Amino acid sequence: MSTGSHVIHALYTDDDVLMNAVKEAKKKHLHINEVYTPFPVHGLDKAMGLAPTRLAITAFMYGCVGLTVAITMMNFIMIEDWPQNIGGKPSFSYIENMPAFVPIMFELTVFFAAHLMVITFYMRSRLWPFKKAENPDVRTTDDHFLMEIDASGHDAQELADFLVGTGATEINLVANEE
Amino acid sequence: MDYKLSKNLRLTAFIFMAVGAILFAVDYANLPSTTAEVAAMEAAHGGGHGGGHEAEATHDNGHGETAAHGEKSSHSEGGHEMTPEEHNEHVLGQYQNKPWSAIYIAAFFFFMIALACLAFYAIQYASQAGWSPLVLRVMEGITAYLLPGSIIMFVLLCLSSSHVNHMFHWMAEGITDPENAHYDKLIDGKSGYLNVPFFLGRAAFFILGWNLYRFFALKFSKNQDEATDNRWHKKSFKAAAMFLVFFIYTESIMSWDWIMSLDPHWFSTLFGWYVFAGMMVCAITTIALVTMVLKSQGYLKQVNDSHIHDLAKFMFAFSIFWTYLWFSQFMLIWYSNIPEEVTYFITRIEDYNLPFFAMLGMNFVFPLLLLMNSDFKRVNWFVVMAGIVILLGHYVDLFNMVMPATVGKSWSFGFVEIGSLLFFLGLFIFVVFRSLTKRPLEPKRNPLIEESKHFHY
Repeated sequence: MSTGSHVIHALYTDDDVLMNAVKEAKKKHLHINEVYTPFPVHGLDKAMGLAPTRLAITAFMYGCVGLTVAITMMNFIMIEDWPQNIGGKPSFSYIENMPAFVPIMFELTVFFAAHLMVITFYMRSRLWPFKKAENPDVRTTDDHFLMEIDASGHDAQELADFLVGTGATEINLVANEE
Repeated sequence: MDYKLSKNLRLTAFIFMAVGAILFAVDYANLPSTTAEVAAMEAAHGGGHGGGHEAEATHDNGHGETAAHGEKSSHSEGGHEMTPEEHNEHVLGQYQNKPWSAIYIAAFFFFMIALACLAFYAIQYASQAGWSPLVLRVMEGITAYLLPGSIIMFVLLCLSSSHVNHMFHWMAEGITDPENAHYDKLIDGKSGYLNVPFFLGRAAFFILGWNLYRFFALKFSKNQDEATDNRWHKKSFKAAAMFLVFFIYTESIMSWDWIMSLDPHWFSTLFGWYVFAGMMVCAITTIALVTMVLKSQGYLKQVNDSHIHDLAKFMFAFSIFWTYLWFSQFMLIWYSNIPEEVTYFITRIEDYNLPFFAMLGMNFVFPLLLLMNSDFKRVNWFVVMAGIVILLGHYVDLFNMVMPATVGKSWSFGFVEIGSLLFFLGLFIFVVFRSLTKRPLEPKRNPLIEESKHFHY
C-alpha cells in the first residue's frame, strides 16, 4: 500500500479550513494535484502556488482585436461602401464622424474581450460540450471541498493522520488510474 | 499613533500660499486695466492675429456663446458690427474676469475635493464597507477643508452677485428689463430660477447642509471611539444615508448654479452627474495620495497594498465613469447639432483646443493605460503618478468649464492661474494635515476595523 501511484482525497466542509490545510500541506512540501471547490475560493490560487493567470493579457489583446474590427467594419460600411448624409454630417471621413462610431467601437471591444476570454478559459481548462466531468466526488459541486494530494512515496497512514489534523472530515486513498 | 504636522510640511504649505499670492499679484498688475491698454496690447500682438479682430468682433459676446441668441448678440447676422471701441471694452471685460475666474476655479477645485470626499466617506458608512475603516480618518481630515472651502466659495459668489466682477452674465444689470439695451429674452425667461436672492439662498442652504453633516459625522465617530457599544456607529450609518440623499440633489443643483449658469443660455441635463464624476475621482485620488504620504512618513502601518489597490480601482473606475459621462454629453450635443447647445463645444474646440483635448488624454487615456493592470495598482509610485495627472487633468477640465464662459478668447494659462492654484493648494495642505493631527489616525472602536486590518486581496 505504500508504493505505486496513489492519490489521497481529503474532504473539507469549510473554505477557511481548506485554505489552512492547503497552506499546511504546502509547508510539508506535499504535492497538491488539484483542489475541487463548489465556488471560487479567494486566494486559493496563491496558497497553492499556482502561476498567475494570463487571462487578463489575452483579454486586453482580444479587446484590441475588437476595437480594430469595429473601426475597420464601420469604415467600410459607413464611409467606403455607402456614404450617407446623416443629420447634416456627410460620411466622407472616418475621423470626422468618429464620435458617432464610438459606441460601436466600445461595444465590440467589450464583446470581443468578454466572449473570447470565456472561450479561452474553457479551452485552457479543457472544458467543452459532452466532456465527462473530471470531478472525483459529486459532493464538491454542493458543499464539500476536496484536496487531492499525490501520495506516491509517502506513508499513507502518516499522510492521513496529518490531513485529519488539518481538519479533513473524510480521507480516501485512491489508486491512480492514469 | 497620533500624527504630528511636521515643520517642513507646514512650511511647504505656507510657501505655496506665499508664492501663489505673489505670482497672482505680479500677473494681476500686468493685466490691462483700461481700454487703451487693451488696444496697445493687441497692437503689440500685431500681425499674429492677422485680420482676426474683425472676425473676433463678429462672433463672440464674451460668454462663450456664439451669436444665435437675444437682442444683444446678433452680430453674425449682420445686425450690428462691433466698433473697435466696443471691441476693446469687451476684451477689457474679459481680462477683468480673468483673475476672478482663476481664483474661482482653484477655490472650487479644492472645495469639490473636500465635498466629494465627504460623500465618499458617507458611502463607506452607508454601505458598511469593511475594507476602508483604516482610511476613514484620512477622509475626515480631507473633509476638514469643506468649511473654509465652502465659505470661500460663498464669498466669491456674493462678490459676483454684488457686481464686483462680471463672471455670471445673467447677473448683469438690466438683463431682464425689456427697456434696457442689455435685455436678454432667454435669461429673462429663466429669471424665476436664476435670480440673485434665490441663487445665494440655495448656496447658503447647501453649504449649511453639507457642513452640518460633517459636524455630526465627526461627532458620532468621536463618540464611537469612547463608546462601549455600537450605538454611535448606527447613528453614523443613518446620518450617512440621509446625507447621501441630500448630497446627490444638492450637488446637482450646485453644479448648475455655480458652473453651468456661467453659460446661461446653455444647458445639459447630465451636467450634475458629469461634475459629480469629476469631483469623485479627484476626491478618491486625494485620499490615495494623502494615505501614501502618511504611510511614507511611517504612519498608518496597517494600511497595506490592498487598500491602495482598492483606492486605485476606484480611481480607475471613476475615470472611466467620468469619460462615459463626458462623452455622453459631448456626443448627443455634437450629433444633434442644435445651435444653442452646440455653441458650447464649438467655443471649446475652436478657442480651447489644446486644454480640451489634453484633458481627455489626462483624464481618460492616461489612467486607462496606467491603471488597467492589476499589479500596477499595487505599486505606490504608479498610483502617485497616475493620481497627479488625474488631479491636473480635472483642474484643466474645470478650467474648460469656467474660462470659455467668463474670459472667452482672452484666456491664457499664466501666473494668475498658477498663483491661485498654488495658493489654494497650500491652504488645502495646511488645513487637511493640521486637522489630521487632532485625532488618532486609527479609529479605536469602529466595529469593522478588524476586517479592515486583515483586508487582503
